[in-house]
Amino acid sequence: MEGIYAFCVGLLTACGIFLTLRGRSFSVVIGLTLLSYAVNLFLFASGRLKLNAAAVLGQSEQYSDPLPQALVLTAIVIGFAMTAFAVILAMRARADLGNDHVDGTLPSNNEDSQRSGGQH
Amino acid sequence: MNTLIWLPFLPLLGTLIPLFSSRYSRTACAFYTAALPALTLFLVLSYAGDIFQGERFQAAIPWIPNIGLELAFRLDGLALLFSILILGIGLLVILYARYYLSEKDPIGKFYAFLILFMFAMLGVVLSDNLIQLWFFWELTSISSFLLISFWGHKTEARKGARMALTVTGAGGLALLAGLLVLGNTVGSYSLQVVLDSGDLIKSSSNYPVIVVLVLLGAFTKSAQFPFHFWLPNAMAAPTPVSAYLHSATMVKAGIFLMARFYPALADTNLWFLIVSLTGLATFLMGAYIALFQHDLKGLLANSTISHLGLITLLLGMGTDLAAVAAVFHIINHAIFKASLFMAAGIIDHESGSRDMRQLNGLWKYMPYTATLAMVASASMAGVPLLNGFLSKEMFFTETLHQASLGSLSWIIPVLATLGGALAVAYSTRFIHDVFFNGEPINLPKTPHEPPRYMRVPVEILVGLCLLVGIFPGFLAGDLLASAASATLNGPIPEYSLSIWHGFNLPLLMSAIAVVGGLIVYKNRSHMFKFQAQFPKSNPLMVFEASVQFVTRQAGTLIRFTENGSLQRYIFAVLGLMVIMTISTLVKLNTTAGLRPEIPVDAMTITAAFLLCVSALATVIWHRKRVVALITLSVVGLIVSLAFAQFSAPDLALTQLSVEVVTVILLILALFFLPQKTPKESHPRIVIRDLSIASLIGGIIGTICYAIMTRPLDTISTFFTANSKTGGGGTNVVNVILVDFRGFDTLGEITVLGIAALGIYKLIARMRLFMPSSDGKGRPWSDDKHPILLSVISQSLLPLALLVSAYIFLRGHNLPGGGFIAGLITSVAIIQQYIAHGVIWIKTRLKLDYQILIGSGIGIATLSGLGSWAFGHAFLSSWFDYFYLPAIGKFELASAMIFDLGVYLTVVGATMLILANLGQLTTSERPVLKEDE
Repeated sequence: MEGIYAFCVGLLTACGIFLTLRGRSFSVVIGLTLLSYAVNLFLFASGRLKLNAAAVLGQSEQYSDPLPQALVLTAIVIGFAMTAFAVILAMRARADLGNDHVDGTLPSNNEDSQRSGGQH
Repeated sequence: MNTLIWLPFLPLLGTLIPLFSSRYSRTACAFYTAALPALTLFLVLSYAGDIFQGERFQAAIPWIPNIGLELAFRLDGLALLFSILILGIGLLVILYARYYLSEKDPIGKFYAFLILFMFAMLGVVLSDNLIQLWFFWELTSISSFLLISFWGHKTEARKGARMALTVTGAGGLALLAGLLVLGNTVGSYSLQVVLDSGDLIKSSSNYPVIVVLVLLGAFTKSAQFPFHFWLPNAMAAPTPVSAYLHSATMVKAGIFLMARFYPALADTNLWFLIVSLTGLATFLMGAYIALFQHDLKGLLANSTISHLGLITLLLGMGTDLAAVAAVFHIINHAIFKASLFMAAGIIDHESGSRDMRQLNGLWKYMPYTATLAMVASASMAGVPLLNGFLSKEMFFTETLHQASLGSLSWIIPVLATLGGALAVAYSTRFIHDVFFNGEPINLPKTPHEPPRYMRVPVEILVGLCLLVGIFPGFLAGDLLASAASATLNGPIPEYSLSIWHGFNLPLLMSAIAVVGGLIVYKNRSHMFKFQAQFPKSNPLMVFEASVQFVTRQAGTLIRFTENGSLQRYIFAVLGLMVIMTISTLVKLNTTAGLRPEIPVDAMTITAAFLLCVSALATVIWHRKRVVALITLSVVGLIVSLAFAQFSAPDLALTQLSVEVVTVILLILALFFLPQKTPKESHPRIVIRDLSIASLIGGIIGTICYAIMTRPLDTISTFFTANSKTGGGGTNVVNVILVDFRGFDTLGEITVLGIAALGIYKLIARMRLFMPSSDGKGRPWSDDKHPILLSVISQSLLPLALLVSAYIFLRGHNLPGGGFIAGLITSVAIIQQYIAHGVIWIKTRLKLDYQILIGSGIGIATLSGLGSWAFGHAFLSSWFDYFYLPAIGKFELASAMIFDLGVYLTVVGATMLILANLGQLTTSERPVLKEDE
C-alpha cells in the first residue's frame, strides 16, 4: 500500500510542477493546486499510514499520529487562501495588463529568438 | 530601580507631544516639547548626589536570559555626565530652534525627530547591555538621518544625510560584529561583566579583532580620519541640529564608546597605536582644513573634527591623567561648540549669509551677539580664564609625558602645539573675519540683533564657558571626578583643576600656540594662495560616484539573475532543490525501511488508478481549461477519500468542503480568463520541464516511501495522553488545533483573514475583461436562476446550517470543529448566491464579511487573553462538566470559544472572497438589450 501511496504522491508532484512551469497564469494555479494535494499527502504520510485508527479517543484500539493531521488541516485551509489569492491576482493581471501570461507580457519575441536559436 | 528603567523612555513618550501640539503656537509647541526632557533632566540630577559619592545605579528587566538579551540601564559618572549634556543642551536647542525655524518649517515634525534622537542618545549612554547599546547606537544613526535631511527639498541635505547614514551605519555593523565577538569572549553581554574582565579580553586571541571592529564603529561615528568626510556634509542640516549633533551628542557617541570600553580595551600597544595616531592625524587635519573654510559652519565642522581628534588622542595615550583630560575636554568642547554653532546660526539667520568673504564688520550691527561669539571662540582657541584653556593645558601636559614613541616622543608635544596654533588661527578668523575686517559685502539682509530669547541659550552656554574657566573645581569638579572614575573603572589619579600652575612648559606651549596662531592668521592670504594650487576635491562627489558605481554593478547583477521570467525562477529553485536532495538521498542505503507495509486491496488500487489517470488528464488537457478543472476536482475528491481511508476523518471532511469552495472559485475566475491556453511552449522547453518534473516527482515519491516504511518516532504520544485530561476533548486533532498548538491556529486564521482582505482589495476597482459569449461565440444564457434550484437550495439552507452547527459542536470530541463547520456554512451560503444571485441575497442577508473576519480573530485572541485573567499562559484552555436536569451531563470548554473564532474567520474569509468575486459577474454582466 505504501508503495502505491508514494507513487501517487510522486505523480501528483510531477504533474503539479509541470503545470507550474507553464507560461499562463491559470495553468500555474492548477499546478499549484495539484502541488498542494501532493504536499498535504506527503506531510500526512509522515505520520505513517494506518487503517481504522482515527485519532479519536475511545473509538479504536490504536491511534494514528494526530500531529501531522492537525498540521495538514490548517495547510488545506491556507492552501485554499493561497489558491484564491493566486487566481484573483491572475485575474487582476489579466485585467490590468491585457494578457494572462505569468510575466505580464506575451513572449513573442523571446520565443521566436529561442525557436530560431533551436533550429540553427 | 523603576525610575531608572523609565528614565530613557520619558523622552520617547515626548516624541508624540510635538506632533500633537504643533497645531498651537510655535512657542506653546516648544514649551510642551521641553516638558518631558526637563523632567528627565530633573530625575537624572536627583541621582547626582549619590553618584558623586561613588555610587552606581543599575536596573534590568530580563527578556531572553539564555542568550543574554535584557533591558538593562546603568547610571554611573560617565552616563551621568553624558545624560546632563544630552538633556541640558537638548533643552537649549529646543528653545533656540523655536526662533531659528521659519514659519514654513513643520516645527512639530522637527521636534519629534529631535526628541527621538535625544531618546536614542540617552539609550546609548545609559545602556548596561552590549546588544542594547548597539540597538540605540543604530537608532541614533537613523534619527540623525531624519534630522540632517530635515530640509529634504535641498539636494545637499538629502545627499549629506545619506552619506552620514551610510558611513555611520556601516560603522554600526562593524560595531555589532565587534560587540558580538566581545560578548562571546567574555561570556556575557552585560556591560559590567565586560568592564571587569579587561585582563581576560586583552589576553584573548580575539582582542585585535574586537579592538578594530569596535574602533571602526567609534571612528565612523566620531568622524575620525579617514571617515571624517561625512561631518562637513552633514552641515546641510538646520543649524539647531548641527549645534546638537556636532557638539554634545551624535559625534560624541563615538568618544563615549571609547571612554565606556576604556577599562576593557585600552592600555595595550595596539590600542595606543590605532587610537592615538588616528586622533593625532584627525586633530591636525581638521584644524588645517578648518582654516581654509569660507563657510562659517564649515569652519566649525572641521574644528569639531579636530577637537574630536584631540579627545581621541587623549584616550589613546593610555595614562589615567590623559583619560581625565579627555573627559574634561568632552564637557568643555560640548559647551563652547554648541554656543558657537548657535551664534553662527544667529548670524546666518539675521544676515542671510554664512560666507566669511561676505560677512565682515558685523560688530556694528550685532555687538551683543558678537561679544558672545568672541568669548566662545576664545574658549575654542584655548585662551586663559575660559574652560577651553584648562583642558587644553591638561592636554599639553599629557603630551609632554608621553614616551611611547621612544626617542621620537618629542614629536607629539610639537605636533600638539602646532594643532593648538592652527586652532588659534581659525578661531581668530571666526572673530576677526566676521565681526571686523571692513564692511559687509552684498549681504541679502541688513544684519541686526536676533530676538531676545534666541540669544538666551548662547548666553547660558557662554556663561558656563566663563564660570567653568574661572571656578573649574566648583562647577565641574564632582562631575569630572565621577565621570573619570567611571571611565577608568577605578580610582582617579591626583590632578589639579586650578587655572594657574606656575610658569611651566605647558604654559609656554600655550603661549607659542597663541602667538603662532596669530602669525598664521596674519599671513593667511599666502596660505590661501598655496592651498589654491591643489585641485579641489569634493568628498560628496567622490562618495556619490562610488555609490552610483555600486548601484550600477548591483543593477547589472540583478538584471542577469532576475530577467523577469517566472518560469526561469521556478526552474532555478527546482534545480537547486534537486541538487540538494539528491546528495542526501544517495547516502541513504536502502529505499525501503523495516516497517511492514499494509497489504493492498482492490478498492485502494482502483482509487489510486483513478487519481493517476485524472492527474495525468489534467496535465494533458490543461489547455482546455474547463476540462482540466473537472479532472482536477476528481483528483481532489480522491485525495479526500485517501484521508478518510487512512484514519484522518477531520482531514477528509476539510478536504471535501475546501474542494467544493475551490472549484466554485476557479469556475468563477475562469469566466474572466481566457477559456483556452494557446500552445506556445517550444518542444525543447516541454522536454526540459517534463524531465525536471518527473525527476522531482521521483525524488518526492522516494522520500515519501522511505519515510513511510521506517518506524515512527513521534511526540504525539503526549498529545494523545493529555488530550482528554488536559484539553477536555477526545478528538486529538481538534484539541491540538484549539489547545496544544492554539497559537499556531491563531496565526493561521490571521493569515487567512489577511489573504481574504488582500483579495478583496485586488477585486475592488478591477477593470474586467468581460466576455459576452463563450469560446465558440455562443452568447451566455440569460436564464439566470433556475426556479428548481432556487426552491430546493432555499429549503436546504436550514438543514445545511444545522449540520454545520452539529459538526461545530461535536468537534472537540468527534471529527469536526470550527474549520470544517465554517466551510460547510460557507458552502451553504454560496449555494444561495448561485441559486438566487447577489442582489437577492444582499437584501436578505445583511452580513459584513470583513466584520465577521475581524470579530473571529478578535474572539480567538480574547479567548486566549482570557487565560491571563486567571494567571495562566496565553491560550491555556479551561473546561469543566456540568449537569442540567433535562439535558444531563455536558461539557463547557474555553477552547470552544476559540473554535468559534476560527469558525467565524473561516466563514468571513471564504465568503468575502467568493461573494465579491461572484458580485463581479453580476455587476459587470453585459445587459441584454430589451428589444432582443
